[in-house]
Amino acid sequence: MSTGTDWRGVADEDEEADVVSTSAGLKLQQQARALVGDLVRPHRRAVFWAVVLLVAENAVMLAGPLLVAGAIDTGVPAALRGDLGPLAWAIGGYAATGIGAAVLRAAFLALSGRVGQDVLLEIRRRVFAHGQRLSLDFHESYTSGRLISRLTSDLDSLNDLLEKGLDGLLGAVLSLVGISVLLIWLDPVLAAIVLLGFVPLVFLTRWFQRRSRASYRLTRTTVARLIVHFVESMNGIRAVQAFRREKRSDQIMDGLSGAYRDANADAFVTVAWYVGFLRLVGNVTLAVVLLVGGLRVVGGDLQLGALTAFLLYLRRFYDPLDDLAQFFNAYQSAAAALEKISSVLDTPAGVPEPATPVALPVPVRGELAFEEVRFAYARATTREILPRFSLRVPAGQTVALVGATGAGKSTLAKLAARFYDPTEGAVRLDRVDLRDVADTDLRSALVMITQDAFLFSGSVADNVAMGRPSATREEIVAATGAVGARGFVEALPDGFDTDVRKRGGRLSAGQRQLVSLARVVLADPAVVLLDEATSSLDVPSERAVQAALETVLAGRTALIIAHRLSTVLIADRVLVMADGRVVQDGSPEQLLAGAGEFADLHAAWRASLA
Amino acid sequence: MSTEPPSGHHGSTTAALRRLGPYIAPHRLPLIGSGLAALVATLAGLAVPLWTRSIVDGPVAHGDLTTLPWLVLGVLAFGLAEAGLILLRRMLVARPSNRIEATMRADLFAHLQRLPVAFHDRWASGQLLSRATTDLTTIRWFVAFSGIFLVVNGVTLAVGIGVLLWLSPWLGLVVGVTAVPLTVLTLALERRYSREARRAQDQGGDLATVVEESALGIRVLKSLGRGRELTARFMAEARGLRGTELLKVRLLAALWAVLILLPEIAIAAILGVGAYGVAHGSLTLGTLVAAVSVLTYLYWPIASIGYLLAEASNAAAATTRYWEVRDVVPAIVDPAAPRSLLTPVRGELVLRDVHFTYPGGDREILRGVDLTVAPGETMALVGATGSGKTTLTALVPRLYDVTGGAVLLDGVDVRDVRLGDLRTAVATAFEDPVLISASVRENVALGVPDATGGSPAGPSTYTDEDVWGALRIASADGFVAALPWGLDTRIGEQGMSLSGGQRQRLALARAVLGRPPVLVLDDPLSALDVHTEAEVEGALRRVLGGVTALVVAHRPSTVQLADRVAMLQDGRITAVGDHSELLATDPAYRALVSSLDEVRT
Repeated sequence: MSTGTDWRGVADEDEEADVVSTSAGLKLQQQARALVGDLVRPHRRAVFWAVVLLVAENAVMLAGPLLVAGAIDTGVPAALRGDLGPLAWAIGGYAATGIGAAVLRAAFLALSGRVGQDVLLEIRRRVFAHGQRLSLDFHESYTSGRLISRLTSDLDSLNDLLEKGLDGLLGAVLSLVGISVLLIWLDPVLAAIVLLGFVPLVFLTRWFQRRSRASYRLTRTTVARLIVHFVESMNGIRAVQAFRREKRSDQIMDGLSGAYRDANADAFVTVAWYVGFLRLVGNVTLAVVLLVGGLRVVGGDLQLGALTAFLLYLRRFYDPLDDLAQFFNAYQSAAAALEKISSVLDTPAGVPEPATPVALPVPVRGELAFEEVRFAYARATTREILPRFSLRVPAGQTVALVGATGAGKSTLAKLAARFYDPTEGAVRLDRVDLRDVADTDLRSALVMITQDAFLFSGSVADNVAMGRPSATREEIVAATGAVGARGFVEALPDGFDTDVRKRGGRLSAGQRQLVSLARVVLADPAVVLLDEATSSLDVPSERAVQAALETVLAGRTALIIAHRLSTVLIADRVLVMADGRVVQDGSPEQLLAGAGEFADLHAAWRASLA
Repeated sequence: MSTEPPSGHHGSTTAALRRLGPYIAPHRLPLIGSGLAALVATLAGLAVPLWTRSIVDGPVAHGDLTTLPWLVLGVLAFGLAEAGLILLRRMLVARPSNRIEATMRADLFAHLQRLPVAFHDRWASGQLLSRATTDLTTIRWFVAFSGIFLVVNGVTLAVGIGVLLWLSPWLGLVVGVTAVPLTVLTLALERRYSREARRAQDQGGDLATVVEESALGIRVLKSLGRGRELTARFMAEARGLRGTELLKVRLLAALWAVLILLPEIAIAAILGVGAYGVAHGSLTLGTLVAAVSVLTYLYWPIASIGYLLAEASNAAAATTRYWEVRDVVPAIVDPAAPRSLLTPVRGELVLRDVHFTYPGGDREILRGVDLTVAPGETMALVGATGSGKTTLTALVPRLYDVTGGAVLLDGVDVRDVRLGDLRTAVATAFEDPVLISASVRENVALGVPDATGGSPAGPSTYTDEDVWGALRIASADGFVAALPWGLDTRIGEQGMSLSGGQRQRLALARAVLGRPPVLVLDDPLSALDVHTEAEVEGALRRVLGGVTALVVAHRPSTVQLADRVAMLQDGRITAVGDHSELLATDPAYRALVSSLDEVRT
């Protein structure tokens, strides 16, 4: 086993290619550009005023050298003649430009900074909210680490751009235009020399854009892998330490971090050449201007002051170029990040919200029907998970799903919860196609809990309240009591206010499952789907939960997946599944009496009991 | 050991940045070279106005065309040198700055992996992630650019002012006077800025935590339809961060204003003083032009200082945050004078008056546990949900250390044994089997002990046969063989998704792979369906035959794998005996393991 990349193993489709083909690259750029347009549009006015401020600032700044030239060409000779007026005007004017420039600059920075932060906030909102809307199918293939990297590292590079970039890019364009105009006005001949210098700059910039885009795309994919490894190692720290994985994991990190390091260093080198050549062009231009300008002054075609002013402007144009290149660089990095972000945003929600939702009856009765449903994963069409079937669960019935691992129990429950949409056919709740129900309505009518009892940071009460955020403390306590969890919660250091810390490190798996059951009781849905929701409970807790379930499930429709047959026996009806098909369907008593799979399972289970 | 995440206090920027020293030191040559290149480039650039003066005052003023080309060539030479030096400066910094970042990350990661679980319980993982990514990026930029330019621009300023003094002491004095308020205002603004920089980074870490939870808890959020609520929480945090960032923007804007205004005033003053001097014949026009040119040239170095100081503050806050974690001393480490375990390990596991309280907790979870597991014996551990069974199992491989009493393996306190030796002797299967996004082989072998220190491509001590053997024992060989690429199939989040039962069997395979003499299994069968359970049970029975095992059990079937059962209640072992004996004599035990169905039927 080496620490190259073979530890990652082989997967169906690799999540993202390191190198992007030209056509795919163009599409990415288009997506990213459309996203930028969309984000900036609401701030049109602010951007307009920011540009006005910047233009004003630049105009004021540009007046500076003119006033210096005025002071030297007119002011000093006048002063020598005893007339201090022109000199005083020039100097006063210059001080005024200083004040003006400072104020305008501060105003511009404050305004553009606000626009930048607003844009960032909006894109955070979009990616986060869209991430929540995207189907489980997306999350399972995209994975949490990469989504985390989109929302952290990618947004960081966008932040970099917004902090430095707006200023830099707008400033560059303005300087370019403004100084060109001024130079032409000062002396067309010298200006022509300067403008000639722009030609290589255009080519240089094109080259830079192409090279750095490739490097930065690579930084985005490599940093995402690094984040995945980091997050997984931190979340699995117990296993890492118990199995002495530290060194191996260090080596893997070195490899991933090294790839990121190299991609970044390549980008740095590209910038180095770019900036070096920019300066070269600038300096050569300066020397030529000096030569030609000097000759023209000697020839009497040009005033000494005009040449001085010209040289000053030229200097001002090339001086910030180094930093402008830095801004441009930040832009390239952010563009790569934006491509990643926009492709997440452009992923359609696998289970889209209906455009015109159909209301569920009030109150929801809870009749579930699968009509001619067939299901296969979109990603791997070769394998059918659930062949065509129909099934009706009358309102109020408790149905247990039984069968070996991979029989399709969870998939069936996930279809009922609309985590996926069926490939063919329809799943209906109270005769309404789930695809026509608004998500909020669906989630308040139907709740599914899985064995993955994730706790969010906050108190135990906060976590139970996930079932119904508007619940009062009394309701939270009552719901916790209903699943028999009140005792252990109250024994915690701060009772219901105990911070569960990250991922509930302090609560055992069984306790976490009790919390998630309490969530369901609080949510009070018409339909309950339990997927292995009680697997980690000890027998008395399970018994308490089952007693509670019998009360809680009364009057509700329920689909229960459980490996323990004791849980199954509280059902009104048992469905035995094998290879995606329902092979037996009947009451527990009927099935026990028969000689099918269920009777065998039950016998095996009886044998395992004391 | 301080495990509590600190909340934004603030020391001095330079003191914080000094702690980058050890990482910068190995790369000091290229970095200093880069700084020198930048400095010389800047000075070459600064020389241009002086050349311009000699051209304007000399050949141009006198109409002398013979020396003009030579002087222009001089300007060109300086210009070329400057461009070459700029390229050099950036080339020199490209690799080292990125290496510094990568090394700092590697050290942080290695450190984090060795900090005890108690540390990870208390630190929000988003705060750790933001330190490993965002903060290190900030530091990289500082090392590559802002730091170097802070020095270079400082020197440029000093040289520029020196040149001014040389041109005319009076003009130099004018500049010196404006520098005083400039420095005072700048430092005051920088101090406030660095406080906000720290706050922003902490808020960024909190935001990363919500992001992580939103991704990892997606199933719960989907089931309960609480995406909107979490989005609202995320947005509240994001708005907080925006507020801080806006404050930073405003402080920076004020800094820019100061740094633009004061130099401009200085130029105006120089124009006035200079023109007066020219009028009175104490100054040549050329000198005045040169002085203004020099000041104009200094415009950018001065104006950029605000931004550079802001970057320094950001880097200082990031460095502080970095070292806050690095400075935490790992509490669970190899002993100073390690004792070795018997070879081969006999496997006698003794818990002697074991007490345990979670760090920062006030409730003792274990209050004097006494338990002896004889070599080769399988001991089941039963107890109500939350009675401390899982905690107890974590004490054996020292994921936590006891707060009182001792855990002994073959009579040796586990704290006196090298961690590597201990964890080789003791293997654990966790209740939540965490899979990583990697191949099945990697997931089972995890640590690959001894393939570590040497060459990265060194051979593993486990062959594929070993891995298959472990999978067979855990009854996982069947489904692994059916995976599209067998052992090479990527599983975990980024690959094939496995069911709870399949994951649990892999966790079991992990535990048995090294043929460890001591096994600690935390409810190894909870997610298995009845058929699989029977299979795994059979296999487990074979494995448990030769080793010492502590097995947390919730179900009668698991209990029956054990030779004896220990009952954990209120932090103590209240009964030890064989299953049927306890069932007959201990009502609490009976209540705990007899199933609902038995009561019913």
